[in-house]
Amino acid sequence: MALEYYLVLSALLFTTGVIGVLIRRNAIIIFMCIELMLNAANLAFVAISRSLGEATGQVFVFFVMTVAAAEVAIGLAIIVSVFKHRQTINVDEVNSLSG
Amino acid sequence: MNPEQILFILFGAVSLIGAIAVISFRHPIYSALSLIVTFFAQAGLFVLLGAHFVAAAQVIVYAGAIMVLFLFVIMLLNLGTLSVKGAMGRKLKGLAIILGILFAAEGIYIAVNALNDTAVASAEPATESVTTTTYQIGELLFSKYLLPFEVTSLILLAALIGVIVLVKREGQEES
Repeated sequence: MALEYYLVLSALLFTTGVIGVLIRRNAIIIFMCIELMLNAANLAFVAISRSLGEATGQVFVFFVMTVAAAEVAIGLAIIVSVFKHRQTINVDEVNSLSG
Repeated sequence: MNPEQILFILFGAVSLIGAIAVISFRHPIYSALSLIVTFFAQAGLFVLLGAHFVAAAQVIVYAGAIMVLFLFVIMLLNLGTLSVKGAMGRKLKGLAIILGILFAAEGIYIAVNALNDTAVASAEPATESVTTTTYQIGELLFSKYLLPFEVTSLILLAALIGVIVLVKREGQEES
């Protein structure tokens, strides 16, 4: 399979994540869409790593996964504590910081 | 069509359909389960690309640990569909989808055309069934990328402490 097919699939997956962040108001689903985008980037990393014939891209996938795990843990803790205070995780209603 | 193309189309279609399901289901639990399907299909794509370590890590870290965390929080908060009300207007949603399609067109354009001049395109295509062994990844990780690897452990430590502080403060305020 040519590199282009994987990159196009990666672009489509990334776009799905972007559209999800734009149209959904549930903070947890927005988080899942961020995971989708990170995964699309991982797919591009691995495809290019294969095309270049070296393992560096996969090392970076490892780093992306670590950051994603840390981000999810902290993000979900924030969502839980926001829910405790406001009884909602709709991002349109949690807008005290928007001035 | 050789088997690799058939498998690529299969896994690619499953991951795209799963991704679209994530953003279209109303209930967060269904979204989370669709996301797991997407992650498994992407692990299949990683195997096709000869990245066995990444595929295993994808299943263990994403489909295992991260999604369990998601499902745990969704069930803990018992959200149901309550946060769906007050969803954005139809006009804004249409605008978002149009912008998204434009964004996808840009991404595909870059993937197909703009890579032509770069080193990636000029590298000769790898021969069939090139697999990257865990040994190669480990060698890179502990030599050239040793410092980033150590910083990674600091990130995890910071996340650990951050989560404990975020959750603990709540408990102390109540008591």
